[in-house]
Formats: sequence, C-alpha cells, structure tokens
Amino acid sequence: MNSKVQNKIAIGVLYGIAGLVVLILLALVGYILVSGLPKVSWHFLTTPAKAFLKGGGIGIQLFNSFYLLILAMLISFPIALGAAIYLYEYAKDNWVTNLVRTAIEILSSLPSVVVGLFGFLFFVVKLRLGFSILSGAFALTFFNLPLLTRSIEDSLHTIDDKQREGGLALGLSRWETVTRVILPAAVPSILTGVILSAGRVFGEAAALIYTAGQSAPALNFMDWNPFNISSPLNPMRPAETLAVHIWKINSEGIMPDAKAISSGSSAVLVIAILLFNLAARYLGKRLYKRLTSA
Amino acid sequence: MTKSPEQLEQELKRRSKAAKLEIWGRVVSFSALILIVAVVVAIIGFVASKGLATFTTNHVNLWDFLSGKNWNPSLTDAHGKPEVGALSMIVGSFLITVLSAIVATPFAIGTAVFMNEISPNRGAKILQPVTELLVGIPSVVYGFIGLSVVVPFTRSVFGGSGFGILSGTCVLFVMILPTVTSMSADALRAVPRYYREASLALGATQWQTIYKVVLRAATPGLMTAVVFGMARAFGEALAVQMVIGNAALMPQSLVDPAATLTSVLTTGIGNTVMGSLQNNALWSLALVLLLMSLVFNLIIRLIGRKGRLQ
Amino acid sequence: MFMSSDIATPGTTPERHIVQPGDAQHPIVLSTEDLHVFYGDKEALSEGDLKFARNQITALIGASGSGKSTFLRSLNRMNDRIATVKGRIMYRGVDINQPDIDVYEMRRRIGMVFQRPNPFAKSIYDNIAFALRLRGITAKNKLDEIVETSLRQAALWDQVKDELDKSALALSGGQAQRLCIARAIAVKPDVLLLDEPASALDPVSTSQLEDTLLKLKQHYTIIIVTHNMQQAARISEYTAFFNQGRVLEYDTTSQIFTNPQVQVTSDYVSGNFG
Ligand SMILES: Nc1ncnc2c1ncn2[C@@H]1O[C@H](COP(=O)(O)OP(=O)(O)OP(=O)(O)O)[C@@H](O)[C@H]1O
Ligand SMILES: [Mg+2]
Repeated sequence: MNSKVQNKIAIGVLYGIAGLVVLILLALVGYILVSGLPKVSWHFLTTPAKAFLKGGGIGIQLFNSFYLLILAMLISFPIALGAAIYLYEYAKDNWVTNLVRTAIEILSSLPSVVVGLFGFLFFVVKLRLGFSILSGAFALTFFNLPLLTRSIEDSLHTIDDKQREGGLALGLSRWETVTRVILPAAVPSILTGVILSAGRVFGEAAALIYTAGQSAPALNFMDWNPFNISSPLNPMRPAETLAVHIWKINSEGIMPDAKAISSGSSAVLVIAILLFNLAARYLGKRLYKRLTSA
Repeated sequence: MTKSPEQLEQELKRRSKAAKLEIWGRVVSFSALILIVAVVVAIIGFVASKGLATFTTNHVNLWDFLSGKNWNPSLTDAHGKPEVGALSMIVGSFLITVLSAIVATPFAIGTAVFMNEISPNRGAKILQPVTELLVGIPSVVYGFIGLSVVVPFTRSVFGGSGFGILSGTCVLFVMILPTVTSMSADALRAVPRYYREASLALGATQWQTIYKVVLRAATPGLMTAVVFGMARAFGEALAVQMVIGNAALMPQSLVDPAATLTSVLTTGIGNTVMGSLQNNALWSLALVLLLMSLVFNLIIRLIGRKGRLQ
Repeated sequence: MFMSSDIATPGTTPERHIVQPGDAQHPIVLSTEDLHVFYGDKEALSEGDLKFARNQITALIGASGSGKSTFLRSLNRMNDRIATVKGRIMYRGVDINQPDIDVYEMRRRIGMVFQRPNPFAKSIYDNIAFALRLRGITAKNKLDEIVETSLRQAALWDQVKDELDKSALALSGGQAQRLCIARAIAVKPDVLLLDEPASALDPVSTSQLEDTLLKLKQHYTIIIVTHNMQQAARISEYTAFFNQGRVLEYDTTSQIFTNPQVQVTSDYVSGNFG
C-alpha cells in the first residue's frame, strides 16, 4: 500500500479514536451533570438523609466529607512535608533511600480497600476507636501520604539549587535554608499539589466504609463542643461521607429515591472535584505572581 | 582589637543555633519519613498475618484456596473441609482487569498520540485538562453510572440481570481511560523533538514517524501507563462491586453475575466475626490483592529499568 | 620585598612562581596549606596553596575547568557534601577544615556570592533581613539600619530605597547581583568570596559592580574568580593563575599582566592559550 494513503488512513483512524474518547468522556460528565444538577438545591445540600422516605438530603454527608478531608489533610500534610524534605534535601542516593522510596511507591499502589481494611483492623478494632471520624481520617492519611509526599518532593525540585547555596553561604543551616527560603518559594506549587490531592481524598470511599463507617447520625449544628456526642466536631462519631453515601444507598436499596439522590450527590462530588482543580490552578498561578512581582 | 587564635577557635567551635536547628530538622524530617515506612510495614504485616491465619490456624490448604472453585466459607464440603476456593474471584479479578486494559489501551494511546502528535494545540487546550480532570472523578461515581446506565443497557441487549463481567469491564474501561491516556501522553511528550524531525527529514510520513519512531521510543512509558491502569482496575473495589453482581461463581459468560476479590471483600468483611474462618478467608483475599499490587509495582519497576538501559 | 619560591633551572622560565602577599597593614587573613580536593577519585585540585591579604582583592584566573571554583568553594566549605577536601584552611590562625568547626558560624564570617544572581523569592528588604532575624536580630530599627547600610555599601540603596517591599525576583540582573552582595555583607562577614559575579551581567552593571567591590575592599578581604582579565587587572592587587588543578603563578596583579614569570601564564594572559 502506498505510504501516503496509509498515512491518511492512520491519521483518520486516530481522529476517530480521539473523537470517540472525547465523546465518551463528555457523555460521562454530561450525564452526571444533566441527571444530577436538577436534583441539587439548597434543601438537598443542607437536610439530613432519610432512610425509607423520599426527599432526604445530603447535608450531614457533605459536612462529614469536608470535616474528614480537613482532618486527613491536617494529619498528612506535616508528615508528607517532613518526609519529602528528608528525601529531597537530605537523603543520600543509596540503597536505604531506594528502599524507602520503594516502600512509598508500594503504599501509593495499594488498593484503597486494603488501606481501608488495615484501618479497620488497626484503628477500629485494635485501638478501639470504633467506626469514627478519627479512624477514617487516619485511613485517608495513609491513602494520601505517598501522593502528597511525591507532589511536595516535585515542588522542592522546581526550586533552583542556587537558592539553597545562597542560604548556606549566609551561614544558614540546611534546615533553615529549606524552611525559610525553599519552602516559601515552593508554596504555589505545593499548594497546587495539596488541593489536587484534596480532590482525591474528597471522593474516596473504599478506604472509609470500614473506618469512618456507613452511618450518619443526626448532628446538632448548634453544638460545637467536640466532646458532645451530637456535635458535628466530635471526632469519635461514625461519619458516612458523600462518596460512601452514594455506594451505600445503591447497594442497600431501601431508599425509594436512591437513584435521584445518587445523581444529585454524584453531581455535587464532580463539581467539588472540578472546583478543587480550578482552585489549584488559579491559586497556584496567583501566588506565584505575588511572589515574583511587586 | 584582634582576637587570639585560641579565642577565635573557641568561637568557631561553639555549637551555633544553626547547628542545633540542623540536627532538630534532620531528626524531625527523618521521623516523618520513618513513620511512612512504618505504616507500609504495618499494613503489609497486619494483612499478611491475618491473611495467613487461614492456612496456619484454620489449616486450609493453600492449593485448595487458590484452585478451589467453591467459595462458601461457612459451609464444609463432602470431606468436612471448609469451602474456601478463591479461584472464581481470582479469575473474575484478572478477567475484568485484562479485558478493560485491552479495550482501554488502543483508545488511550490513540488519544495520547492525537493530542501530542497530530493536534498538539487542541490537545494542550482541551484534551489534556479534561483527561486530567477526569482522572480525579471518584470511583463511586463510575460505579453509580455503571449501575444506572451500563447495567440496564447490558440487560436489554443480552438479557439476564445485566450484572457481570461485561458491565464491570465497561465501567473499568471508562474509569482507567483518563489515567492511561494522561500517562501515555506524558510518555510521548518525553520523546525528544529531534527524533521526529530526523525521521520526517528522511522522508517518512507522519504516521511512519509516529509508528516507527515515537511509539517505539515511548514504549517503556506506554507500557508503564497500561500496567498502572491495570493495577488500578485490579484494586478497584466499589465501582466493580456495584455492577458485577457479586456471585462467587466461576464466570460462565461475560453477562452472568460474577465476583472479584475486591467485591467479595467489600460485601463480606462487615458480615463476619473477627477471628472466624469466614473472616480469615476474606483476609486471605486481601492478601492476594496486596501481593498482586506488589507484583504490578515490580513490573512497573522492571519496565522502568529496561527503559533506562536502552 | 617578596619572597619568591621559583622552581626553575637557570636560563629557562620557572614551572611555578609563587610570592608571599601582604605586609604589615595587610596581614594574611586566610591561607591554605597542603590543600587537595577530590571529586570521588578524581583529584581536581593538587597544588593550590595560596595566602590572602586583608583588605585586598585577590583575583583567581585560569581556563575553564582549571579548579578556580573548586578552590574557592573549599575555602568556606561549600563543597563539603560534594567533594573531599584534605589539608588545612587557616583562617586567622585557626584551621577551619576541622570536622568540629561550626560551619554555619564560619560561613557567616566567610561569605560567598555566586555567578548567577540568586535572590530569594522574598521582598528586597527580607532578602537581607531574614538571615539577621534568624540570628536573633529582631529590633525593627536595628534591622532597618543594617538593611540600609548593606544596600548602600552594595551601591543599590538609591535605586531601591522606595520599593523595599517589592519582590527581589523583579530586579534586573545587575541589581539582583548587588542585592546578593548586600545580603552577604549584612551578616558582617570578614572575607567575601565571589565566583564570577559579573559573568551574567551587562557591561554597565559590571562596571558598577567593580566600583562596589573597590569600595568594599576597605572593610573586607575579597577573593574573586573571574574570566575577564581586564576586570582582574582593574580591581585586584594580587592575581593567581590556575591551570589543571594547580596554581602556577601567584603575584601582584601588575606583575602577572605585565611580566609573567611562567610561560603558561604568559600564554594565557596574552591570549595564546590552548
Ligand atoms: N561537582 C563536581 N563533581 C565532579 N567533578 C567536578 C565537580 N565540579 C567540578 N568538577 C571538576 O573539577 C574540575 C575543576 O572544576 P571547577 O569548576 O573548579 O573549574 P573552574 O576553574 O571553576 O571552571 P569554570 O571557569 O568553567 O568555572 C573540572 O575538571 C570539573 O570537571
Ligand atoms: Mg567556576
């Protein structure tokens, strides 16, 4: 066959494939939004779920998702930051470092069910934390740590070594140089990474069904004392998140309007992820500008 | 006023605040790193000890576990042995993983080639952000769409319940598509520009350049992308569990209800008593999952090493 | 007045020619003894022993790869993690190449400025002030004062005094390099090491930088690596010529450029090198 004709055909096929993929992906997002958005209302976003009746909302689940996200981030960020600093700034290139990197890679490739099951075994059962926000936050932390570490390390990598030399030449220790010179300069890129990983954590369900639990007891939003059982801040209460809620009502099948609620919840989840993405890009750029201009 | 060398030496040997901070910083950051390593070791250790209990405490034969077709841990078979054959779930897991990777690979690589080689402009402006966004869509959402679109569709075409390997494959295909596409695009982007220029300058057509030069140079990266997608598919729990039907039987066709390791795990673990055989058997499934993820990891490393050697 | 240590047979040019610098007003502040620097197994500096006189500018010249940076970076142990440095580095009578020397305090006294300007991603003010704050100087008026004097000494004050809050990354190359000098002198060092500080600058910025260095000489001992021989001739009292990891000639700058003793130096300064 003539190579020109072959070329034409191949490129045509590639156009076809790309078009089809775009179509699939657009149909996916389109379906989520078109079927879900009409269900989303202020009422839907703020009222508690109902088990056997129509017309429940996702208020508590939404709150739980954010609360767990924040807790998980608060725990995982300092750890990931420390680990990334050690790996990038201190670790020598030897077999120990290699082994540690392998361990982190393994953690990042573990199926999230396995992480969730470990959380169940260790926090829920062994440490007797029960199905609780705290157990869930730890499970999410494990799930989040490897990615966040890698992303912070990449951020450190974007800062020129000349900056490090500059700090050292002033008589600063490496640690002072990293914390006072390198990290501030890397903030835009670290922040982008943090927000993107937040998106992942926000939608995670498998690691949570056996740690944070699958029930969402009623909360009293007037009571902010974390030691009270009905307080939204109580870290020992079970907390079904939005993602878990979608799974739960679909596999249980006792909610009459499960499909509508799931559509609405899916739309909310996807929009939240979209916002996380946009925020990451926007804030990263903004901060970078602030840092480099007047 | 000048100091004596002795005085100066003393000043220079006094441990400064910077030196103390340095030690503190090293210790703190190293502890964080060790904590992560400890987590990894703990996860592997706990899951392994639990998963091995089936064989050590309950004396189930490892071979029976891997090759047995009947999964019914609360019953015993004719010989009085518990029915803990995991083969049907192992087959189920591998089947949907391989099938979804087979379907996703041409689409993902085709799209990556399109956005990198044929229409870089549109690629960078539209396709890339969209795929990156879709990578982040939670898997339960994929599961829910599978449940409300794919399963009814399969049911209307092939009859039956609609739950099964086929539906699972469809869901996983769409789920790993953005990941594999985006990683493949990265692999293609890593091929130096001058490879293409040299090939085109020799009179090769664009397709010949793509096929003979670019794809070949990017092969390790593309393979990594696909294996990565497979690892994700193999470990996915909820999206699969929602559409596969959860019947721990050897799959007879693609449209009969089946089960995977993950689907049995998610449905089962809450309904068994800690320490019982039923529970231990489930942990053995988790151990298989964990080992498989190590294997995927190893494969990715081997590909990476081979890619570097070339 | 100089003791010279020529190694030569009569009638030929010497292989090396090293003088002792300094006098009563300009005593030796820094010197190396038996210095050897290795990158892995590779010896990058073998015969490189030099002495540096106080309040003088010493230029290090030589072809690319001859070991100038290696030497300079060894002086304040910036090479610690990269290379093995053997031998003694005597700073005012103290060997600072001992393991129990506090390198941070030592580097505060022996500061360094690099080839490419590397201002931190902070405001101009903070670029100078932040290292001081870390060393316990927190009083605002004290900081203001040091920032101003440092910027004045670096000849940058008049250009930036109204925009101290501006990001230092927005400065021009020449300004940024002078900020780096201001930053280095703000911690009140004794010796200032500069590695090709002007090579990334345009001619105007370069000559401003040279003026700055000539003024700084009153307060600091300056050692500067440069590829620009006119620059070495314009600003330095002494010049050392490096070749393949050895110092071949060390003498007053005027001697080196008008009457070099070693053939290789003569070739190099007259441009017949290589
Ligand atoms: N980090 C390093 N690792 C290994 N070898 C190095 C390193 N830095 C320098 N070298 C080698 O040491 C020798 C001296 O290098 P050095 O940078 O000191 O030369 P230089 O005189 O400063 O050159 P230039 O004028 O190009 O800056 C060279 O052969 C160089 O390749
Ligand atoms: Mg150099």
